[in-house]
Amino acid sequence: MSDGAASGGLELKALTKRFGSFTAADNVNLDIQRGEFLTLLGPSGSGKTTLLMMIAGFLDITGGDILLDGSSIAAVPPERRNFGMVFQGYALFPHMSVHQNIAYPLDVRRRPKAEIERRVGEMLDLVQLQEFAHRLPRQLSGGQQQRVALARALCFAPPVLLLDEPLGALDKKLRIEVQAQLKDIHQRVGTTFVYVTHDQEEALSMSDRIVIMQNGRIEQIGTPQELYQRPRTAFAAGFLGKSNFLTANGALHALRPEKIDIAPRGKGKGANRLAGTVRNATYFGSFLKYDVSVVGMDTIEVDVDAWRAGEPIAVGTEVDLSWPDGAAVRLEDN
Amino acid sequence: MNGSPLARIGSGWLLVLPFLALVVALFLGPIVDILRLSVTDPEPGLGNYAALMTSDSLARILWTTLRVCAITTLFSVAFGYSIAYAMVHGVRRDRNWMLSLVLVSFWISVLVRTFSWLMLLGRKGLVNEALAGIGIISQPIEFMRNELGVLIGMVHYMIPYAVLPLLASMQTIDTRLVSASRSLGATGSQTFWRVYLPLTRPGLVAASLLVFILSLGFYVTPAILGGGKVLMVAEYISVQILVTLRWGTAAMLAALMLFGVLGLLFVMSRFMKLSTIFGGARA
Repeated sequence: MSDGAASGGLELKALTKRFGSFTAADNVNLDIQRGEFLTLLGPSGSGKTTLLMMIAGFLDITGGDILLDGSSIAAVPPERRNFGMVFQGYALFPHMSVHQNIAYPLDVRRRPKAEIERRVGEMLDLVQLQEFAHRLPRQLSGGQQQRVALARALCFAPPVLLLDEPLGALDKKLRIEVQAQLKDIHQRVGTTFVYVTHDQEEALSMSDRIVIMQNGRIEQIGTPQELYQRPRTAFAAGFLGKSNFLTANGALHALRPEKIDIAPRGKGKGANRLAGTVRNATYFGSFLKYDVSVVGMDTIEVDVDAWRAGEPIAVGTEVDLSWPDGAAVRLEDN
Repeated sequence: MNGSPLARIGSGWLLVLPFLALVVALFLGPIVDILRLSVTDPEPGLGNYAALMTSDSLARILWTTLRVCAITTLFSVAFGYSIAYAMVHGVRRDRNWMLSLVLVSFWISVLVRTFSWLMLLGRKGLVNEALAGIGIISQPIEFMRNELGVLIGMVHYMIPYAVLPLLASMQTIDTRLVSASRSLGATGSQTFWRVYLPLTRPGLVAASLLVFILSLGFYVTPAILGGGKVLMVAEYISVQILVTLRWGTAAMLAALMLFGVLGLLFVMSRFMKLSTIFGGARA
């Protein structure tokens, strides 16, 4: 099953795409490791989909190069790149059954019948849709359609699988379930996954590495932990997770809401301290969110573990905010 | 029950009543009359219909009509398909002038268009004169007064009717399906035959039905371009009514065409929802 792992290292070199005067991807350099789960994360218009479409071959590149295992594929048409792709909205063929959809990539490659049957069977097992093989796509739920799209894209053992916001159409609960399935499938097939999303939770929960994009450029690359704990720019800190921004020693710092302790005035114990007043307290089940106003600063958000905190602090209470050294991350200027 | 919905229905019917009366008096009435005529003239009974089995000339006319209509449908839909495809997938700027060309020929009277072909393709028409002038042919090619002429005229007239339903059907295709097919390794022609064409099937059926049904009743074009040598049902009916005065036979043929078309629609409705064919709600 790990037939995709033999190749699949991608290299983007100074990749650029311009639409007229608009630069959708600006000199992007990126090494994607063989077998890696890499997520392109960014708001709409950040260039992440443009990048994916250039990798897939649906968009011509304006400048730079794309290498697969060391050789350029920039001039190869999409049907000969052999990359699997899961589209936004799945793009399942509505007139074909689940079985026919999954068999399609092997059918068009004129593989022997027996091989197609065996391979489609394996894929149906992989996504657990054996009993739906003869249904039409419209007779399936959104989550099932998503799995058919995945099976179809993996059926021909592509070295690289490209996924364009594949969970966008699912509801939140199902999305979390499918995230786990996707990660599991990634580990089992060993194919390189390049995943585009604007959803930070998806990016954090599944990726080996995340590429944060903005305005056609790479803002920061790193593992989920690195990006969350050590954002380099204000954009990265604000887009991935929530952040408070403080100015200290002449530089902007990002401080995650859950790293701040909150205590009634005079009882704060951290190395760094601010005095403020609780303006709002919101209960979210697992955590309590306080909005604390501090003289001369923006409102600071503090998240505390709701169960451990006991009784919420009343609105209007004067409090001390404190955090240990190293909790606030110094950001680069943009 | 306060009676107001009933009142509303009542006033609604009142509003359409004049039109209803018109339809019944001017449309349904004559149709019933023709059906009656077909079994009463010249004498009561099914004699007119029985003639279908025995008369060679009737059989020949029906066969000519079906053949000409089928060939017309085939070519109109094939040409219409490529035109619609170019319009949907070509450059956006080109789409508007292509559509206006289609619509212009759609709006020009059939008589004008038929006579234009006469000017172009006649023995002393533009095409023959030109070909003779540059010495390719010594004898004029017989484009007119035969089935070829009728087919040229009818296909030309019918292409816009084929383009419009095909255009509607192609515009609903999700272009991501084409991208998906290519990303899965299918060549352009595989994508077309296995994904694109099947998805335009409702449009193809609609275009074929429309062209075929309209072709069945064609009168002017076969009469002029066929030069009396290609006798189709409509022209034959007019001869029965105006010349030989066998109204019973004419009524029988009219009834045959009416039920033929209804039968065709019925058969098609067994395979697909007619509303999807004619651009209504999708199934």
